[in-house]
Amino acid sequence: MTNPVRPAQFLKSFGRGLVSGIPYFWLLLFFVIPFVIVLKISFAESQIAQPPFTDLTSFADDMLTISLNLFNYIDLYEYDLYLDGYISSVKIAGISTILCLLIGYPIAYAIAKLPPHARNLALMLVILPSWTSFLIRIYAWIGLLKNNGLINNALLGLGLIDEPLVMLHTPIAVYIGIVYAYLPFMILPIYTNLVKHDHTLLEAASDLGATPAAAFFKVTLPLSVSGIVAGSMLVFIPSVGEFVIPELLGGPDTLMIGKLLWSEFFNARNWPGASAVAVVMLIMLIIPITIFQRYQAKDLEAIADD
Amino acid sequence: MKKLKQLMLAGSVAFSAAGVVAEENVLNVYNWSDYIAENTLANFEKETGIKVTYDVFDSNDVLEAKLLSGKTGYDLVVPSATFMARQIEAGVFQKLDMSKLSNHKELDAAMMKKLSALDPDNAYSIPYLWGTTGIGINVAKVKERLGDDFPVDTWDLIFKPEVVSKLADCGVSMLDAWDEIVPSVLNYLGEDPSSTDKNLLSGKVTDVLKSIRPHVRYFHSSQYINDLANGDVCLSVGWSGDILQAVDRAAEAENGVEVAYIIPKEGAGLWFDMLAIPKDASHPNNAHTFLNYLMRPDVIADITNYVWYPNAVPASTSKIDEEITSDPSIYPTPEVAANLFTFPVYGPKFDRQGARMWTAVKSNK
Repeated sequence: MTNPVRPAQFLKSFGRGLVSGIPYFWLLLFFVIPFVIVLKISFAESQIAQPPFTDLTSFADDMLTISLNLFNYIDLYEYDLYLDGYISSVKIAGISTILCLLIGYPIAYAIAKLPPHARNLALMLVILPSWTSFLIRIYAWIGLLKNNGLINNALLGLGLIDEPLVMLHTPIAVYIGIVYAYLPFMILPIYTNLVKHDHTLLEAASDLGATPAAAFFKVTLPLSVSGIVAGSMLVFIPSVGEFVIPELLGGPDTLMIGKLLWSEFFNARNWPGASAVAVVMLIMLIIPITIFQRYQAKDLEAIADD
Repeated sequence: MKKLKQLMLAGSVAFSAAGVVAEENVLNVYNWSDYIAENTLANFEKETGIKVTYDVFDSNDVLEAKLLSGKTGYDLVVPSATFMARQIEAGVFQKLDMSKLSNHKELDAAMMKKLSALDPDNAYSIPYLWGTTGIGINVAKVKERLGDDFPVDTWDLIFKPEVVSKLADCGVSMLDAWDEIVPSVLNYLGEDPSSTDKNLLSGKVTDVLKSIRPHVRYFHSSQYINDLANGDVCLSVGWSGDILQAVDRAAEAENGVEVAYIIPKEGAGLWFDMLAIPKDASHPNNAHTFLNYLMRPDVIADITNYVWYPNAVPASTSKIDEEITSDPSIYPTPEVAANLFTFPVYGPKFDRQGARMWTAVKSNK
């Protein structure tokens, strides 16, 4: 009688393995393999050829020689613009994250307080702009912000200003672009968290004499920390390496690591050097990614405990 | 079901029949933006039945990165001659089949000789258009700020901080191409424009660029055409034909903007854009057909009439508007030509130093 069970059990565990294997396969295909390729190039030397870098391995006289060129990493230290670039990227990403949080939290809170049927509509409105291509939406900001653009023309027309405000090609334009583009990534995780909150907790707080503000800061806010962390990471991590927004909206002095990487790759034609920048950037991003993972794991445990 | 099978069979027959033909009637071209006449492609398609897919770029760097990664998918590309020299060395192009280029004899022999320094025996490329790297100005705004008597035919306009600072408020732009700006600065300083002295680069040249940097609004290699024409910038270091297109557009728009192109008296850089076929092109025959078409005097004359860049086919000159051929800023007179210098080909080391100096200057660090 036990025999027929076995294949079923096998199928079950096989299925389970398959399901949990997919994320690993995903990670391998889209993260590990590309990363290894970039890592490999970062240890090569540039040369005038196609592709424009040397092979790490050479086979001659029955000898396999692997030569690692560490120059690109040493060079990173010696070229001080990179440090400036990293610091400025982290600063821009950090400030944008805070701005997103300040704008996104109230929006998420308001949506979570809406009656259920209105929530979906509100969420839809948050997501709707991203149906248009990211690039086109950033280009649209050029039309809004430029000297001859909609905002300046409107302000000039109303007589509020005499000379156009220079907004495009300034750091302010970069902040506007990043906050605009990444705001949904802040709103959605916070909303998902807030909407699960138990209302009776707030009632209990009020019964015990807490003002609505006190109840918010003592109950709602602490409970939503995991949503805040998730949202912040989703904004911060991609903003650090952002290239399109500083390139299109920022001025030439908006230094970001994405732009430095571009110029090392395209202008200096130094693929190994650019790869080394990318590797270092990734290593620096691992720290916030780990924090993010830990909070997510906690959150999942909390759900499992419920 | 039987019908479906028949249909599929018919489909597969048609498919394999198409496979017998050596090359599909397709050509993928990668050219600079605003760099061809409106009728060039349409007429070619009409004459040959070859369908052209036409993509554009605005920097040699982007083209080179694509070529060096290989498998660009393009059958014909247009690098500038100095970049092409390095790309030939990297082995990315195929030799041209002269038997398919009956119009090759139309090319300017003197120019071909000059170009053989970059492409030995002219084996890999033919010149498309050429031009100079000079200055475009908004005449009224510059006069208003510098005075009516200020001589505008000089690099002082951009490389002298006292002068350019007066123009900063109406907008100053520069090409995002250090390999053309550095020789222009060297020439302005009275040094050899093709110098690869790294002390000069990190010293005098960097000093000049840093001193004017605060007055430059942006570095870009195509945006200035519109901005000059609309009056959004009043001074651009740019390519001759691009600025002349801005002259034309401003005149057509009748928006009160008058743009002028200047080859400064100190001299200006001369460049050539070359047509070449990548080694891994999938339609090399069509590419040759297109090359041959582009060397036809009537075709290339139309292009020059439209983009205001001179070409390398002397027989086309009679078909070009006199407005263009008589303009010394497009077809330099012998006196102007004597002051022009060609851009150098840089080795990897100087290349990296130059690019980094440029990034540092641009970011104002």
